[in-house]
Amino acid sequence: MKRILVLSGKGGTGKTTLTATLVQMLQIKAFADCDVDAPNLHLICAKKEWEREDKPFLGMQISFIDQDKCTGCGKCVEVCRFDALVKTATGTYQVNPFNCEGCAVCQYVCPENAISSKDNITGKTSVYTHEDTVFSTAQLNMGSGNSGKLVSEVKKNLDDAVPKNEGIAIIDGSPGIGCPVIASLSGIDLALMVTEPTSSGLHDLKRIVKTSKIFATKIAIVINKSDIDEEGCQLVEAYCQEEHLPIIGHIPYDSTVSKTINKGENLADIDCPSSKAIGKIAEKIPSFLEK
Amino acid sequence: MKVAMAITEENLQAKVNPTFGRTPYFLVFNTETKEATYRVNPAMNASGGAGIQAAQAIVDTGCDAVIAYRFGENAAKVINGAQIKSYKAIDASAEENINKLTAGELSPLSDIHPGYHHAN
Amino acid sequence: MMHIAILSGKGGTGKTFVSTNLSACIKGSTYLDCDVEEPNGSLLLHPTITSKEVVTKLMPETNQDICIGCRKCVDICRFGALAFLGGKPMVFPEVCHSCGGCTLVCPTGAMSEKPQSVGILENGTFLENNHITTGILNVGEASAVSLISAVLKKAQNDTIIDCPPGSACSVMESIKGCDYCVLVAEPTIFGLHNLKMVYDLVRVFKKPYGIVINKCEDESNLIDDFCKQEQIEILERIPFTKTIASNNARGHLAVTIDQTLHELFSDLANKLKERTSL
Repeated sequence: MKRILVLSGKGGTGKTTLTATLVQMLQIKAFADCDVDAPNLHLICAKKEWEREDKPFLGMQISFIDQDKCTGCGKCVEVCRFDALVKTATGTYQVNPFNCEGCAVCQYVCPENAISSKDNITGKTSVYTHEDTVFSTAQLNMGSGNSGKLVSEVKKNLDDAVPKNEGIAIIDGSPGIGCPVIASLSGIDLALMVTEPTSSGLHDLKRIVKTSKIFATKIAIVINKSDIDEEGCQLVEAYCQEEHLPIIGHIPYDSTVSKTINKGENLADIDCPSSKAIGKIAEKIPSFLEK
Repeated sequence: MKVAMAITEENLQAKVNPTFGRTPYFLVFNTETKEATYRVNPAMNASGGAGIQAAQAIVDTGCDAVIAYRFGENAAKVINGAQIKSYKAIDASAEENINKLTAGELSPLSDIHPGYHHAN
Repeated sequence: MMHIAILSGKGGTGKTFVSTNLSACIKGSTYLDCDVEEPNGSLLLHPTITSKEVVTKLMPETNQDICIGCRKCVDICRFGALAFLGGKPMVFPEVCHSCGGCTLVCPTGAMSEKPQSVGILENGTFLENNHITTGILNVGEASAVSLISAVLKKAQNDTIIDCPPGSACSVMESIKGCDYCVLVAEPTIFGLHNLKMVYDLVRVFKKPYGIVINKCEDESNLIDDFCKQEQIEILERIPFTKTIASNNARGHLAVTIDQTLHELFSDLANKLKERTSL
């Protein structure tokens, strides 16, 4: 199975819209949403009648203080680097689950043995299935970390559920260059990077390209809303040429897009300039995967 | 010689697991005594540093060689640092991989990648 | 002195557009770019950089001569940042969370901590006497939290904090200590879906909040309906026009060229001053 990851660096460039459209145009049977912090693909791609299996996701175990054993000596506070211990009204201490990173150094120093590790649910994974289609997604609870591990879980759920190890899988990535992006880059055959012809779009594209190059992933660029600024578009194209990054397509600005998406519909079903452009990109995908 | 590899179940006919860091088990096979032992991978549910911890588990088995598809650079540092020889796995059962190794037909592993960082 | 955090669940809704223009309308204010993975504020504010600082986190280092190979450091590490080879520990800095555990348990003092770079701060000025600090995370560095914390220390006078997108730990860090949260929403189903997450976040952290709807095309939209339902105050509605988008795309600061937007953001600044002076 070949895996395509859709990334952008900058948020709001059109990753999810592009992913949803390609999934339908290419009749993709295996796809995933690795933007676990703010997943959106299900709003277009998951149908109500599909089956769904949810599982809680456990992040790092965090510390927990037994209030009966705690004497309020404060030795834990002295060593905590994450400001994760709060004094209670009775003078004992308790762990703030939002701040605790699970290092357990407090457990090591507690003279009363009052602190232990416990499981911490930081999100949930969902796998939708319908006939031979599998869609894996997840939601990270707010304030949580460990998004990299949840991303890996989403990908693993996709791999485990796919009946045949053939065809193309498409993964909607997350913005930025941090741990969820880095985790999503593993085992990827082609990273489609969506950018826009704006100064911030180009700026952020450079950083995501740099991040992906660490993994020697094959990259292809999609310039979205390409006609909103001709000069900006030329700057992006010049950068791509300098860095030997192939441009797989340009998508024009199209007001039909938001109207379609807001109805929960797929652009692939609409005849408009942007869907035509995405259609051309879809046609080129197999050859880009072969290169 | 003791050789180790990542495996999805406690069965010599299972394939070598392409996922190294979070594999559920490691198989340790002694080619002289033909004894096979399976160790649960302590890094299986690790949030971060799985490659390192998995590689450490391999080092702690005292093995001389490891068969894998690939490792991240951190796991490679540990394996190479312990002077364990690594060999490229073939898409076949653990038993077949071991047979190929003893016949001198497995190539040394050079597919080291930068790693899939999970640490928050 | 008000500290206002600007956040949105979804990327690309206009956090930076709102933060930079808002800061530009408040004399002597400070703009802090906490979107350290992809900081963009300076592309609109065009600051004069006055200083750069390296931000570090503490990383363990072993003195091999004193180390007795007891393995206590390796065993206490919950993050897999230490391996044990040839009787000595080996540190993996990018996985290390700087918890200090290994240094604490070392019986001989062989393990100590040294600073290592996670990113940089660029400090500068823009317009007449506004301040800016931008946090730039090193590529490959997984955790933004310590860098964001360093950026927040640069707050002075009225401060506008441009937060990262989403609602994960880096956003949580960015809103610590702020007086008020402005949630920027775009009227799309993705925008509404992600707004709900930051809405949960600000309520859990008991921060006062209000909404700015960006890219408004129609009279009433999805976000309006949500705000009515939840009784959330809508502070401003920013229209969507090709001119605004195009100017922003080219790195022009809207309030310096568009009188209507200057009035809108000045009005927003006044509203925020009122709400934080209670």
